[in-house]
Amino acid sequence: MGETASLSACPACAAAPLAQDRAARVMGPAQITLSVPGLHCAACMDKVERALQGQPGVRRARVNLTLKRAMIETEPGLTPADLIPFVEAAGYEAHELDAGSIAATATDRAGRDLLMRLAVAGFASMNVMLLSVSVWSGAEDATRDMFHWISAAIALPAIAFSGQPFFRSAWGALKAGRLNMDVPITLAILLALVTSVWETALSGEDAYFDAALTLTFFLLGGRYLDHRTRAVARSAAEELTALEVPRATVLRNGQEVLLPIAEVVVGDLIRLRPGARLPVDGEITEGHSELDRALLTGETLPVVAAPGQRVSAGEVNLTGPLTLRATAVGRDTSLHRMADLVALAESGRSRYTPLADRAARLYAPGVHILAALAFIGWLAWSGDARLALNIAASVLIITCPCALGLAVPAVTTAASGRLFRRGMLIKHETALERLAAVDTVVFDKTGTLTTGTPRLLNPEALSREDQALALGLAQGSSHPLSVAIRTALTGQVTPAAVTALREVPGFGTEAQWNGMTLRLGRAHWLGVEAGPQTATWLQSGRADPVELRFADSLREGAESTVAALRAQGRRVLLISGDSAGPVADLAKRLGIEDWQAGALPGDKAARIAALQAEGHKVLMVGDGLNDTAALTSADVSISPASALDAARVASDIVLLGGDLAPIPGALTTASRATARIRENFRIATLYNVIAVPLAVAGLCSPLIAALAMSASSITVSLNALRLR
Amino acid sequence: MDVLIWLIPISLFLGAVGLVAFVWSLRANQYDDPDGNSQRILSDQWDNHPQP
Repeated sequence: MGETASLSACPACAAAPLAQDRAARVMGPAQITLSVPGLHCAACMDKVERALQGQPGVRRARVNLTLKRAMIETEPGLTPADLIPFVEAAGYEAHELDAGSIAATATDRAGRDLLMRLAVAGFASMNVMLLSVSVWSGAEDATRDMFHWISAAIALPAIAFSGQPFFRSAWGALKAGRLNMDVPITLAILLALVTSVWETALSGEDAYFDAALTLTFFLLGGRYLDHRTRAVARSAAEELTALEVPRATVLRNGQEVLLPIAEVVVGDLIRLRPGARLPVDGEITEGHSELDRALLTGETLPVVAAPGQRVSAGEVNLTGPLTLRATAVGRDTSLHRMADLVALAESGRSRYTPLADRAARLYAPGVHILAALAFIGWLAWSGDARLALNIAASVLIITCPCALGLAVPAVTTAASGRLFRRGMLIKHETALERLAAVDTVVFDKTGTLTTGTPRLLNPEALSREDQALALGLAQGSSHPLSVAIRTALTGQVTPAAVTALREVPGFGTEAQWNGMTLRLGRAHWLGVEAGPQTATWLQSGRADPVELRFADSLREGAESTVAALRAQGRRVLLISGDSAGPVADLAKRLGIEDWQAGALPGDKAARIAALQAEGHKVLMVGDGLNDTAALTSADVSISPASALDAARVASDIVLLGGDLAPIPGALTTASRATARIRENFRIATLYNVIAVPLAVAGLCSPLIAALAMSASSITVSLNALRLR
Repeated sequence: MDVLIWLIPISLFLGAVGLVAFVWSLRANQYDDPDGNSQRILSDQWDNHPQP
């Protein structure tokens, strides 16, 4: 608004910076990032780098194999569209990535920070361990004291730096009046340091500098594993978002300009080519076409679009060019309002307490009480505060949840890695635990069990001549039904050489052949009654129109997935927004007894809530905007990567490939991972049962503490590795 | 035990060198593409001409 006001007051001066701004954007960024999903080897990297480096205007190209991206520094003015053909000529699929969306993950600041602390703790613990081994093997008096002082000089600054993540987290929890795993960790580390310095100052025999440092090192290792698992998932999820570069063709002052969506304002006229997705909510002002709403409502049949009709963001324009006036942009579109609702519902997920926190809630008070009792007991028994404090500290060190801190991240890293290699991305930290409990699976139809692209059912209804005509006509349109005809008939017959081929937006295609008018399109355009099924009609000359029927094709792995889930004894349901005919058809094909058609978004969520009220744990698999409410209300949710952004945001797990087959395997992996986590907790408990009495009895020397701690950590990590 | 006067500082110094080397490699973005680095050693493209 402010912009238009200033424009009217002084058009030239307001336009100047705007023009510059626009020029800078047209010139393009000097850094272009392409996603090259096919990269997998040294030869691929060479080929892609060489293909890019040879081009004029490219200063430097470097491939990142981990992220499967090519980073290209260019002269200003080069656009990704100029470079993609070269990569494709080298034999690799390439997509532009939106620079704005991936900038956040370009450098992983938190990961680096953790790695640095891990390195410092590792360095310090190795050096201190060297000195400690000398003490354990019999260094005495002045030598021992000197070794202890050197250890202190290394350990104190190293822990002050490396331990910060735990200290901060523990302080945060205490301030909020809660207990988490970091509280006993922090207390143990600090108490170990205090008693060690005190002992050293009094030239005592035992110092726990090495224990405090190895503890920090192992725990940071767990923290880093945890971070990496989630960083990989996050960057892959952001890459999916970045693949959709949001731009719109806007009419400004009678000229078409390509603008980023963020700059489109209400009232702008937007041009939409066939095949483009609507970027904003609006009202059609010009043009006739058909719109594909499958992602929003689950309907498979396209709807007719004509001037005056209101349309919403996310729909796909199919047949004719459209002009629309934007009525809501950016965060106000119905698409985004839905996504915001999802974000609100997200907070519901945080009600789930992760296993580790539940363990900590039991564990932390127990440990602290035990240490306090040991202190009081020894103080009453011997009357020596120094001895009592020493023993309390060793109790805390030896019970410190080193194994507990590693138990969860080591297992989730192994499990997420395994699922990632099979094409599934775990986005949420507790998704695996929730997935393990699932007993009911709810599928959406369009776009989830089916691909959402129709398939021709009855090519044999046409004579060979008609097939040739149909193929000729279908070549004139990118309507999904035409595409389906092309897929079915190409190679079967040679297309008829039709002339004057034109698309009548909203109706079909029309052409001339041997003096006859041919038409392929909607039933009422050809003057026949439309049936219940997805169909198009072909009319040649004066003959009666022939019906061509279509059905959605099944997604790869749909049949085997449903069968495998049922074999695992889980209940499978199908809930779709589509009409009863196709839904019943699909349910019968897949052997799903429990299905519901014509479900509105609210109905889906309500059904899931009803299932949950019966005590079921529900997994929702869906891709559309109409599924988002259901995706968030389910216990855990999966969406394919082809889903709309809003649905991907709402789900816990994203399927990267087009195949549904990894789902049953993921359920098994999840329950095995949860079992492994519980097993790790049991190992940690068992080790405490053995070690704690020793510590309370005052028999726990620093050597035993170090051995016991490392042994338990390594056992837990190895146990997690068995999952691979 | 006189030898300790030399050995301890030397071991600490070597450890510190290792730590500094690690910090340098971390700052120089050497951990950004672990998969790529393990493949790049197989490439003969840069043998005689170090990569710019």
